[in-house]
Amino acid sequence: MTNNPSTPAIRFNKVSRHFGDVKAVDEVDLEIINGEFFSMLGPSGSGKTTCLRMIAGFDRPTSGSIYLYGQDVSNLPPYERDVNTVFQDYALFPHMNVGDNVAYGLMIKKVSKAERTKRVDEMLELVQLKGFAGRKPSQLSGGQRQRVALARALINHPKVLLLDEPLGALDLKLRQQMQIELKNIQKQVGITFIFVTHDQEEAITMSDRIAVFNQGKIEQIGSPSQIYERPASTFVAGFVGTSNLIQGEAAKRINGSDQTFSIRPEKIHLGSLGEKNGSDMISLDGVVRDVVYLGLYTRYLVDIDGGGDLIVIQQNLKTTSMDVLSIKGQKVRLSWHKEHMVSIGV
Amino acid sequence: MPSNTSSRPKASLGLTLAAFGTLLFLHVPMWIIFLYTFTPDETTYKFPLPGFTTKWFGIALQRADLWRSLTLSLQVAAIATFIALILGTLAAAAVYRSKFFGRESISFLLVLPIALPGIVTGIALRSAIGGLDIPFSFWTIVIGHATFCVVVVYNNVLARFRRTSATMIEASMDLGANSFQTFRHVVLPNIATALLAGGMLAFALSFDEVIVTTFTAGQQTTLPIWIFSQLSRPRDRPVTNVVATFVILITFIPIFIAQKISADASDTEGDSK
Repeated sequence: MTNNPSTPAIRFNKVSRHFGDVKAVDEVDLEIINGEFFSMLGPSGSGKTTCLRMIAGFDRPTSGSIYLYGQDVSNLPPYERDVNTVFQDYALFPHMNVGDNVAYGLMIKKVSKAERTKRVDEMLELVQLKGFAGRKPSQLSGGQRQRVALARALINHPKVLLLDEPLGALDLKLRQQMQIELKNIQKQVGITFIFVTHDQEEAITMSDRIAVFNQGKIEQIGSPSQIYERPASTFVAGFVGTSNLIQGEAAKRINGSDQTFSIRPEKIHLGSLGEKNGSDMISLDGVVRDVVYLGLYTRYLVDIDGGGDLIVIQQNLKTTSMDVLSIKGQKVRLSWHKEHMVSIGV
Repeated sequence: MPSNTSSRPKASLGLTLAAFGTLLFLHVPMWIIFLYTFTPDETTYKFPLPGFTTKWFGIALQRADLWRSLTLSLQVAAIATFIALILGTLAAAAVYRSKFFGRESISFLLVLPIALPGIVTGIALRSAIGGLDIPFSFWTIVIGHATFCVVVVYNNVLARFRRTSATMIEASMDLGANSFQTFRHVVLPNIATALLAGGMLAFALSFDEVIVTTFTAGQQTTLPIWIFSQLSRPRDRPVTNVVATFVILITFIPIFIAQKISADASDTEGDSK
């Protein structure tokens, strides 16, 4: 495989997919760089899975074209595309053992038996399932099936690996462990990964870049920190993490302009009334309406004098639950650095 | 499952008696047939048997008309089952995999022949075959039998399709297999036991079919019809009993295996998801 590194791994040119009147994907333009870990993030029905299925070949665009390393693959069947998929339900073949499952792609390509066995062993070692080749999928746990599905896809050395919410069925601990492992495996094999998820934390943890999908369109593409700290739209600000969106009258009172802006709850400092702040800071007074103690941190809901409310998150570095709960109903001063405010177009 | 029986409460005496009563009611007639294959007295059902003989087995073996009927029945059943396996699988695949207008109606219409009284299927086929000026022959019997055999295979295979994960086919294609390879390596192994079970059931149904056969046969005599015709010849009764015993065996074995396969399959595949 001689991929010119400057050619995008995947390029979407005005790709649309309509199901009847529903525009599942609506004129999407997209470039995914060779070797990156790219996430498609969005709520269900936002078009991210349809995009993945069109790259895999299970679905064809209604209009527009998809390029895989410069080659137009829009109308190729799945078995003629050099991409492989890890499915949400793993889709392992129940009548084959783990070794035969992993070797399936090589068997179809008529690779010799000896070569197959060797590569299956390598792959199972990569996903930490050495010695499992003889087991049936029904004898494995969810996490192990997940690894088999990954090995079965990676053994073919695809140009691009597609992952369709592969961690969705795992419990939290296992999911966090698999996130780190997936990222490590990706670095090891150097293949472009395209990862579909509705979990923003997962996307932020693993990705080089993230595309945030909403209603068949991409709202923003950027690095995790860009997406989190510089959300380009109200949707992104609301979907990725929690945000305080301030618009209209309140924005004018606080910032001097009615341009909508967002401020992350953890960037706001909750201090005592009358606290002095520098000129690079915004300060306002309010009354704590609600306190939720969450162990690691506490979430406050503060009614601002003059209307509106803000969510504020403070780490419990020195405070105990008794301390924080006693603040409820008290007057406080909120402040934040101006640089943490993000102006948002719409 | 022997592991559960111990934990279940013991059945009451009444229930046990009722269960045995039902079993006796179902099976005593068959024992009678079996018993009277050994009677030396051919005309009456005397009890206890006036003696013991195995001569009727020898006589049955030498009856050419009996052998012709048996061969015919086996041939019809084999071919009808073969047709049913192909058509039933294709129909199940179409109903399962694609959504099209009238899919539910087609599913219903496919199952209907087995629910309809055989007499209706029979007269309908006879009118149709007669109307098309097709001579009644071996093949018209096969067609008649295939109508209900298709349903059995269709039901079995469709049930299996519904239990298998749809993404498996996508996964196979994703890994480089074209439609034919996917069918051979993924679909067929997954429906194999359903085909076997459905096929055996279809074979057994065809083998003992009387009603539809009477309407669709020409001069041919299948085994069940041969047995039926023997009723008017009381002196041959023990020969008929020998044949009946043989039919019981030939039907019992595939049904037994088919049930075993379905039970095993549902045990192991329930947790594959």
